[in-house]
Amino acid sequence: MTIETNSKDFSTRVEEARRKLDAQVREIIDWHFDPRTGCPFWLEFASKLDWDPRKEVQGFDDLKKFPPFQDEWLRGGPVRRWVPKAYADKPVYVFETGGTTGIPKSRIAIDDFRIDYELFSDTLPDQYFPRGSNWLMLGPSGPRRLRLAVEHLCQFRGGVCFCVDLDPRWVIKLIKKGLTDEVEAYKQHVIDQAITLLGAGHDIRCLFTTPKLLEALALSLERRGSSIPETGITGIFSGGTEFTPQWTRYAMEELIPGIYITPTYGNTLMGLACSKPVTPEDGYKIAYYAPQPRAVIEVVSFDDPDRVVEYGETGRARLTTLTKEFFIPGFLERDEGEREPPYEKYPWDGISGVRPFRKLAAATTVGVY
Amino acid sequence: MLNIPILRWGQPYTSLDQEEVIHFETGEPLARVSQANTGLLARDIRAAKRARNSLREIPAKELTAMMKKAGELYARGTLPMGDGTQSPDEFARQQSATTGLPEHMCKANMEKNLFVLSRMDEILDALTRGLDLEILTRGYGIEERGVIVSYQAQTDALGMVLPSNSPGVHTLWLPVIPMQIGLVLKPGPQEPWTPYRMAAAFYEAGVPREAIAVYPGGGEMGAEVVRVCDRTMIFGGLPTVERYRGNPRVQVHGPGFSKILLGDDCVDEWENYIDIIADSVYLNSGRGCINCSGVWASRHTREIAGALAERLGPIEPKSPDDPEAKLAAFTVPGAAQAIWRAIEADLQESGVEHMTSAFGPRLVVKERCGYLRPIVVHCDSSDRSIANTEYMFPFVTVVSCPQDEMIERIGPTLVCSAITSDKAFEQALIDAHNIDRLNIGDIPTIHLNWLQPHEGNIVDFLFRARSLQMPPARAAAD
Repeated sequence: MTIETNSKDFSTRVEEARRKLDAQVREIIDWHFDPRTGCPFWLEFASKLDWDPRKEVQGFDDLKKFPPFQDEWLRGGPVRRWVPKAYADKPVYVFETGGTTGIPKSRIAIDDFRIDYELFSDTLPDQYFPRGSNWLMLGPSGPRRLRLAVEHLCQFRGGVCFCVDLDPRWVIKLIKKGLTDEVEAYKQHVIDQAITLLGAGHDIRCLFTTPKLLEALALSLERRGSSIPETGITGIFSGGTEFTPQWTRYAMEELIPGIYITPTYGNTLMGLACSKPVTPEDGYKIAYYAPQPRAVIEVVSFDDPDRVVEYGETGRARLTTLTKEFFIPGFLERDEGEREPPYEKYPWDGISGVRPFRKLAAATTVGVY
Repeated sequence: MLNIPILRWGQPYTSLDQEEVIHFETGEPLARVSQANTGLLARDIRAAKRARNSLREIPAKELTAMMKKAGELYARGTLPMGDGTQSPDEFARQQSATTGLPEHMCKANMEKNLFVLSRMDEILDALTRGLDLEILTRGYGIEERGVIVSYQAQTDALGMVLPSNSPGVHTLWLPVIPMQIGLVLKPGPQEPWTPYRMAAAFYEAGVPREAIAVYPGGGEMGAEVVRVCDRTMIFGGLPTVERYRGNPRVQVHGPGFSKILLGDDCVDEWENYIDIIADSVYLNSGRGCINCSGVWASRHTREIAGALAERLGPIEPKSPDDPEAKLAAFTVPGAAQAIWRAIEADLQESGVEHMTSAFGPRLVVKERCGYLRPIVVHCDSSDRSIANTEYMFPFVTVVSCPQDEMIERIGPTLVCSAITSDKAFEQALIDAHNIDRLNIGDIPTIHLNWLQPHEGNIVDFLFRARSLQMPPARAAAD
């Protein structure tokens, strides 16, 4: 097999992925804008348009016909306006994002979080995330989908999930008031609970946590003469914009050497984007790929959100969610990064170097948990 | 271009996260500085005890002698800088190029640091009030009068969150090493030069590498230094001062609001003092917290303001390598414009007069930087909102205020030069809690006596006098 053939194969896969995405767009548009199945929000939205989405949206590029998605639309009720009529009788979850002050953004969910995390499960190596082993979910729960999603991931893999909660809204308030001692005390309260669980004979092998909590956990254990490997943990799943190449290198070289750690990028609205394997040879570069065709990440121009930047160029992250439960076209995220080319395992565009969007960064408190 | 690594207790560590420091006029990158993630420090601080112990193995007198040698190396030697080297001239050029301070001022600051290092023995003797430094090493000893004294170090390493804009402040942390306390330095983003050059000079002079750590980074790194070090000195604006006020672990250095007060007994001869007033306002480009930002008197204030405006108003920006340059550039984009807008708004108030307006526009905007030419403002009352304001350029308000109200109305004042021979006024000034450094007589606010403490005695900040009792014979035997 020649490289050219490989290259041709890969091109074919990229084209195939694109065809699947266009098909998904058509299916989702038909679903959400059909009076029998769609949700009240989009049906009402369509009633005010002078064009018919079901006729004019035939592929992903046609989603540009929608005006920019306003995140304000997600704030406040009634929440059922987002529930597709076809799912009206199903049990509905609501997940929130933001909300330290004011009304948080809400997203309804039925099974999406389970589907997303089952897909993610396929990317986890069994060697480090052994099937049947128990997990610790150390991070924010409350109105977020994270706790339920991680718990489902654990259960899907045959384990039982232990949980320790952290309320990031409270932490942000403490930080804004400059109450650093209280932030520390609260963090230690969370870590103490985790250490108690890890030492309680539950055979916990897998951990979800955030970079900040992982650091705090590792240091606390070391102060007690132990370490994360000594607790029996072999695989860690984590996420957030703090997951920089430098932080990852530090984690792999010093904090948790020998333990498998996988970065992810996601939020309540989109789902979960997986990372290309992170290696020292690649400078610990972290490139994320959305679970296409259920969701898409684009890197778009800061000045023109409908223009995708060139590969390697910097732009703002724009997310599109395309599931039967939830449709969001072109949501401009609070993050920026560089556009990455399709990759063997994920033959569609990705994003690397994700960090808070420079124009919003000064007003945003990140990495609190 | 230089590549400057993090120094983890002396060991270079090149981060994947790097920031360029650039020439403020040309945009040329001068160095690529490794940026630390906070976790590095959180782990490394566990070795702070080793830093202190490595210093305690060297007698304090030897360390003091090393300071003298380090001073010479810092001021005169070519020293390692990242993956290259740096001569004193290169240091001054690079510091000027990234901070906006004229080169000759950078050189003057080098001499200031050299002076402090070369007289370290006298400075320590003054700050410790003649204490045998061995007492700090051992934690206790016997005074000449036969009493056991004990000083307990409050930290193994002092954290320093350093500014970008005022190279003069480095004198404050130089006595730390001979007191056998380690250093955790977080440089200002535009001024990595002094911490690295000083560390290189210390190493060459024989200070153990593991005694000094340097962690460049953003605001989160500064917060981490404060979090993990038991004692930290931090520089910042009023919000930083407010944030750490009353925190015994933190010594915060903010705006100085330094002032010259003319007593009623001297004010009629105000012309005799106009030179020291002008020097206090504009030397070192008015950047320091010790520069005078307010002149207070009960009469003649408009004449004083007019005379100051005549002297300072014509000063113009010059190239940073011009030995006659008196103004530093604002290198942060938009900073000069924002300051000018704030001043312009305050100048609208009734009773406020802009005395330098006749000397041309004050705001000078260049392609990559901005300048503010000196501003003298007259206030007919201390009630004017601009009356007690400080900016980082030669800016001064001349405020009319009765002498018997001055002390209460000047507010917190880092340096107060009171030109008076009125004994009652003098005593009131000596007793005033809102004045830190007090100069009585015609002494410029910028004239520092290094044998005296600055914003708190660093010995008191790092060591606690406490009781320690043992049989006298045993204490004497040690």
